[in-house]
Amino acid sequence: MALLEVNNLVKQFATQKAVNDISFKIEAGSIFGLLGPNGAGKTTLLRMITGIFLPDSGSINFHGKPFNVLEDTIQIGYMPEERGLYKKMKIGEQAVYLARLKGLKSKDAEQRVKEWFTRLEMQSWWDKKVEDLSKGMQQKLQFVTTVAHNPSLIILDEPFSGLDPVNANLIEAEIFELAKNGATIIFSTHRMSQVDEICDHIVMINKGEKVLDGTVNDVKQQYKDNVFQLTASTVAENMMTSLFDVVDHKPDTLRYKLNKGVQSNDVLKYFIENGVQIDGFEEVMPTINDIFIKLVEGTANAREFTRTK
Amino acid sequence: MNKIGLIVGREYLTRVRKKSFLITTIAVPLVMVGFYAVILMIAFKGSSDQQKIAVVDKAGIFSDSLFASSKKESIQYDLIKSADADAISTGYKDKGYDAVLQIPQLDIDNPTGIVIHSQSSLSLTTTSRIENMVDNVILDKRLQIQGIDPESYKKLNASVNIENTIDTKDGSKKSVAGVAYAVSFACGMLIYIMMIIYGAQVMRGVMEEKTNRIAEVVVSSVKPFQLMMGKILGIGAVGLTQFSIWIVLTVLAQAVVPLIFPELMQKMNSVSPEETTSMAATITQGISSLPLLKIGLSFMFYFIGGYLTYASLFAAVGSVVSEDQQEAQQLMFPILMPIILGFVIMMQAVNVPHSTLAIFGSIFPLTSPIVMMGRITYDIPVWQMATSMILLIACFLFFTWVTAKIYRTGILMYGKKPSWKEMLKWGFRKG
Repeated sequence: MALLEVNNLVKQFATQKAVNDISFKIEAGSIFGLLGPNGAGKTTLLRMITGIFLPDSGSINFHGKPFNVLEDTIQIGYMPEERGLYKKMKIGEQAVYLARLKGLKSKDAEQRVKEWFTRLEMQSWWDKKVEDLSKGMQQKLQFVTTVAHNPSLIILDEPFSGLDPVNANLIEAEIFELAKNGATIIFSTHRMSQVDEICDHIVMINKGEKVLDGTVNDVKQQYKDNVFQLTASTVAENMMTSLFDVVDHKPDTLRYKLNKGVQSNDVLKYFIENGVQIDGFEEVMPTINDIFIKLVEGTANAREFTRTK
Repeated sequence: MNKIGLIVGREYLTRVRKKSFLITTIAVPLVMVGFYAVILMIAFKGSSDQQKIAVVDKAGIFSDSLFASSKKESIQYDLIKSADADAISTGYKDKGYDAVLQIPQLDIDNPTGIVIHSQSSLSLTTTSRIENMVDNVILDKRLQIQGIDPESYKKLNASVNIENTIDTKDGSKKSVAGVAYAVSFACGMLIYIMMIIYGAQVMRGVMEEKTNRIAEVVVSSVKPFQLMMGKILGIGAVGLTQFSIWIVLTVLAQAVVPLIFPELMQKMNSVSPEETTSMAATITQGISSLPLLKIGLSFMFYFIGGYLTYASLFAAVGSVVSEDQQEAQQLMFPILMPIILGFVIMMQAVNVPHSTLAIFGSIFPLTSPIVMMGRITYDIPVWQMATSMILLIACFLFFTWVTAKIYRTGILMYGKKPSWKEMLKWGFRKG
């Protein structure tokens, strides 16, 4: 059963439709990637899932029942893109306070927060103030406040921004651990390299509409270009064939795109018959980044994005 | 509701635990007591500030005996013999005088040309005291010319003192106008100050949450309305706490000051024991004539009502502005207007408590907390009190309803400051 089911969500602001008729399902225990360029409507969508905004139309089902803001918020942990903490408050106190706001009892909250602090080696921070922490440390604290109440749905909006590689790996490991223990994770980002590594299932939105939905493998299969890479020393004369178009040619590797109706074996047979020694052969899968750019390229919102990839 | 309690607790504790809270809470009564002590010191210090004035009397209306008693008073007069008159006119400073009073040959029916020379300008009180003294002397002279004995003239002076007795159900009480006035004014003033100080704190708190982006984290756990109310109630509780501490400290300090400065009190008593006791008696009497319970309860009601009404407005302003302090100032202005208006009406209401303006001001909910307190020591018809209270509660509910919606939208909006029109649209839309 899907943990979260979003049906035909629409949210309109004064000037534009921020989210226009988006539907998807998230299976329990999966890591779900919500992708899209800046301004695509990701944050608005997440705010509806966390109950901060009410959708104009459409429905959200959580654990198979209609989403109830008051009862279900304790099951959700939300880490917004713009981090927010009380700067003057002591760290331990703050984490406990936020956990209690979620509905935990004072004792439980303290115990959970302490467990997490130990796990992420933050025990010594307890009495420090947030303003004394570096940005990366604040990030870790924010992560703890998001997961301390043991939510079944964890929503992370750009969780790695500002983290050094060591801490980023630490958080990534925790995310996998949480998913292994049954939590479902929605992971919103515009850094595609992370998506390849982490996510099981992705949905891509652009200008408020869903443009892609599927598992990472399905999506790659769907968007592959029939490009193959051959590790072999080839010469220019070998290219005189109608079997493929050359994408990239180096003395020891060749990338080519199959022409219509041609099988890989045909190409391999062709090279073998021409006496070319083949050392390696593989299909070149598109990265999520390639697919992403292909899908949103040309739209106004994406331009900024493609430049900064 | 439990979550509001949590938020109230955080707002309250973080503020009360701050050093600045401790400092202001303790410093304010100390400063007040300090003022009180300084005023007493000045009032009873006297002698060192004594001024010496030489009197050159060409008209011959003064005599040494007249000035005999001035030795100990704040202005000491010395009558200069006519032989030394020229010398003193030029060299009075060297002879230890602050000024020379020159009385020329006078027409007693039209005394003009009296001049006082000094190196620096004399204070208003000194001048008026000297004028008063010369007036009295000339009056005496005129009485003598008319053949009236100055003593019997003074006896003719009635100097009536009218006592105002207020008839209440539990018997009649003596009223003391000054005390009633002071208490009214103080209550109105306090509410005015508290509304501005704590209202501004609410606004700053909301702005802080918005710019820190903690608001988004919190509203994913609680409703925006709970966050707003929690903040307003928490800060209100801080206000009440601070206020209670002030009352306790002020009472304590006033009991302690005489112990610390015993000589001050002695001085006070030795100067005019009858006067001090009678003054104290008058004040006690004045205070006991006031309906203290009614004042206390009304103060609480109007403080809480006024604070809640305005705090929700301040919260709405805080939610729509971003980091820019100047934007906040601009938006705060329309909120401060009725508060200031209330203060102005209150100033008038303590003098004329039953004027149309005062009655209007004490019923109109945006000014009533301040103006009603300015009228509180006077007898206010029940219908006015009831209308005023009901309207204030209604106004508070209405404002909270509207501002909660503005707050809900504003707290998650960044970038451009919304216009008034947009804010009103947020406030009145359904759902």
